[in-house]
Amino acid sequence: MGQTSLAVTITDMQNASLSIAQPAPVLTPWRQKVALALGALGALLLLIVWAAGRAVAPVPTLLASLGLMAAGAWLFVREEYLKHPAGIRNNGAWFRSLTARGVWGWVLGVFITGFYVCLYWFPQYLKGLIELFTPLSQGLRARAADQWFVYGTLYTVAVLLMGVKFFFKYRHNAYQRIRTVSVVFFQLWFAWLLPGLLVRLQQPEIYFSYFWPLSYYQGTPMAYQGHLKSDLGLFYFFFGLAMFFIGTPVLTYFFGKRWYCSWVCGCGGLAETAGDPFRHLSDKSLRAWRIERWLIYSVLLFAVAMTALLWINVATGRSVLQQFSESFYKTYSFLIGAAFSGVVGVGFYPLLGSRVWCRFGCPMAAWLGIWQRKKSRFRITTNGGQCISCGNCSAYCEMGIDVRAYAQRGEDIVRASCVGCGICSAVCPRGVLRLEA
Amino acid sequence: MALKNAAIPFMRIVIIGNGVAGITAARHIRKRSDHSILVISDETDYFFSRTALMYVYMGHMRPQDLKPYEDWFWAKNRIELLRARVVAIDFEGKTLQTSDGRSLPYDRLILATGSKSNKFGWPGQDLDGVQGLYHWQDLESMERHSRGLQRAVIVGGGLIGIEMAEMFHSRGIPVTFLVRESSFWNNVLPAEESAMINRHILEHGIDLRLSTELREILPDAQGKCRAVLTSHGEEIACGFVGLTVGVSPNVDFLRNTPLEIGRGIRVDEYLQTNLPDVYAIGDCAELRQPPPGRRPIEAVWYSARAMGETVARILYGEPTPYDPGIWFNSAKFFDIEYQVYGNVPPALPPEVETLYWEHPDGRKSIRINYDRASGAVLGFNLMGVRYRHHVCDHWLRQGTHIETVLENLGAANFDPEFYPQHEAELVALYNRQTGQTLRLKRRRGLSLLRKIGM
Ligand SMILES: Cc1cc2nc3c(=O)[nH]c(=O)nc-3n(C[C@H](O)[C@H](O)[C@H](O)COP(=O)(O)OP(=O)(O)OC[C@H]3O[C@@H](n4cnc5c(N)ncnc54)[C@H](O)[C@@H]3O)c2cc1C
Ligand code: SF4
Ligand code: SF4
Repeated sequence: MGQTSLAVTITDMQNASLSIAQPAPVLTPWRQKVALALGALGALLLLIVWAAGRAVAPVPTLLASLGLMAAGAWLFVREEYLKHPAGIRNNGAWFRSLTARGVWGWVLGVFITGFYVCLYWFPQYLKGLIELFTPLSQGLRARAADQWFVYGTLYTVAVLLMGVKFFFKYRHNAYQRIRTVSVVFFQLWFAWLLPGLLVRLQQPEIYFSYFWPLSYYQGTPMAYQGHLKSDLGLFYFFFGLAMFFIGTPVLTYFFGKRWYCSWVCGCGGLAETAGDPFRHLSDKSLRAWRIERWLIYSVLLFAVAMTALLWINVATGRSVLQQFSESFYKTYSFLIGAAFSGVVGVGFYPLLGSRVWCRFGCPMAAWLGIWQRKKSRFRITTNGGQCISCGNCSAYCEMGIDVRAYAQRGEDIVRASCVGCGICSAVCPRGVLRLEA
Repeated sequence: MALKNAAIPFMRIVIIGNGVAGITAARHIRKRSDHSILVISDETDYFFSRTALMYVYMGHMRPQDLKPYEDWFWAKNRIELLRARVVAIDFEGKTLQTSDGRSLPYDRLILATGSKSNKFGWPGQDLDGVQGLYHWQDLESMERHSRGLQRAVIVGGGLIGIEMAEMFHSRGIPVTFLVRESSFWNNVLPAEESAMINRHILEHGIDLRLSTELREILPDAQGKCRAVLTSHGEEIACGFVGLTVGVSPNVDFLRNTPLEIGRGIRVDEYLQTNLPDVYAIGDCAELRQPPPGRRPIEAVWYSARAMGETVARILYGEPTPYDPGIWFNSAKFFDIEYQVYGNVPPALPPEVETLYWEHPDGRKSIRINYDRASGAVLGFNLMGVRYRHHVCDHWLRQGTHIETVLENLGAANFDPEFYPQHEAELVALYNRQTGQTLRLKRRRGLSLLRKIGM
């Protein structure tokens, strides 16, 4: 990993009062470099297949790629975490190019963004990868792969491998261990294995861990008509409605929005695992908080309006609103469903942090947030006067909440956006913060 | 701001020092009054958390992350900031002189100049590569000396010393840690806790030398330090020596003035100095009559903050004496968090009984001290376990009986959810030691606190 200059200035440049010249290099022991190289090699294999546009010997290639990435991840865990006493290990987070918006961070950002652009708009360029994943798809689903299977599988692999890494990084923290097992389990079973098996059994491909409005299609008349064809589909349609109107308020009352955002949801799952190395990149300023509130509730309104229009169109015999509601839906899918949640939401991990989508865009998070803010037992309590205003909590809050601003005044933190990841509490060196419900 | 006190006329308040003491004072004065407020500091343009310097060096945070308030905050709250060094004060004429030649008048002056690192006259203590860690500039200097550094020697087994050890360790720079005492920080920690930290320091691969003092720092041809000589006559090669042997009030520029100074600036319980309209707060202040159980100079964040609040009350017209309450503190030794509430002396006085539980893995412990005769609890010492400040403080104030405390100990637990709770083990230990048959009545939880009215 390269070095970035820490020539950051806390004040204006002339005064340069709080700047550090150039930190001495962080030693990356060679075994860690080997680990990173193994992982990169695994990714490179995928890249070659992607670029080549076809997969020769897909089974050995895929096995080699996944094997290399898994070996890299495990070696990294061993060298970086298991060889040291358990504790908070964020050393060098702001020195490493990959995690401090340096060259490698941009390279990764461009690479993921490019993948999402192909996925949504140019799937023909993913032909090689689709061929590569076809044997696996045949095995699980008894049908050829498509770009969505490629995506779902890579996503699950990322959650799984980086979940293992996260688990060992926080192995001293029971809350983090249990939460990580949960979020990896939901991704693996409800968002990959189960939908695959359903396809194999000629059932509708259902992702039980997603509901409207995050899964915006699921609330539409099109989805309803599709689900009418099977009992399971119909069940899922009403289950989704119940989760929105009853499940969310009730569960959020007792546990806070974390029951979904950092324990169940797949977007949250990726953020908590693959996104963890980038969580400190979120913007903590008051300005960002203002933008957040405008944006996220606008997206919720947008989703509600879009769905309502589609239903009104159906109710009025598809006469008046046919064109309009459909183009509204298409705009939503393009802007929010693809560009925001995918391209920006994940592609910009290395630039804006891991929860850009969850914080600024997700309509489900907006809905959960309203309940968390207005009617929930969940809060983060602060431990009397023990805060030393060090700022670790704010720095590592992936939602960009300025936790310190509350903690140093001894106030509880009740914020709509808090996903209850518990990292602020974990990194606090003075034991000041506790998530409670 | 309905609470402004109309009886107090407009004043020009000048604060020297933008640390937590000075800034807390400024913020609280502004909240409740319209006085003009000027804060002067020579260190940085903006207030930052000194306590978090280590995290910048370790790459956990950027320099700007240390600022608890965004830069727009000061203008918005009409707190004027000035970057300058105050070189002289004319207390008669109520004006200050700054290093850049300014002369500034004041109606009220608050001295919040903090501390400076101690040096005890060792040969070689002023060589290049020898320094303490207190000011921002010390961190910059550490950074400069870290490039290509083969070994750092740290002198002084206190809180800043162990932070410095962790800092170098995070960069893969080998550390030798010279500690005068026979066990780490055992002038503050009881023997068991101190031994736990010794083990933990060694577990991290730090070359810990107990009962070892610095005798001399040896220069190379360029006048840079090249080695230290220890009290055992051993020479240890090193390119950096960290002197972390405590701090003392930063008041040298005020000596030989009418201001009364002992070790620090002497103040009464209203934080007033011997001169009219001049106050001193934070690390630089020395209480003439400290409250019971407290020391005249307490160089900790919490006391500085509390003094800032007290002086603000005086200046916006609701004076109350300085009352820091019951002692508490916290620290982190590498991965082991430490919290203390109340009085837990390193050596047990005869009238005090102690209940000490340690986890078999040797990285967590809970100690409760209580009065042998009355059973009143006197102090809590926690290693690797978090306890709730309000609850411990409440019991200590009330002098609650140890058995009541033990039965309700769950209420004090502040560890994250799903952590193993050890309160029952503590109760069992007490029963074994005393032949009692107490039972833990309460496990932790917010609802529990509401029930007992806290
Ligand atoms: C590395 C480190 C870690 C620490 N960790 C902890 C901890 O975990 N918990 C804890 O309780 N305490 C901790 N402390 C102690 C704590 O930081 C201090 O007690 C506290 O910051 C004191 O605040 P203050 O406002 O009194 O002084 P300071 O923060 O020292 O502020 C005084 C300011 O005044 C300026 N000044 C002085 N003289 C002049 C002058 N003549 N003209 C202009 N400006 C001047 C100084 O440059 C300085 O900026 C730590 C200290 C250090 C150095
Ligand atoms: S406030 Fe804490 S628990 Fe909530 S999202 Fe931020 S880091 Fe996670
Ligand atoms: S991490 Fe803890 S001590 Fe530091 S600012 Fe946050 S709450 Fe305060």
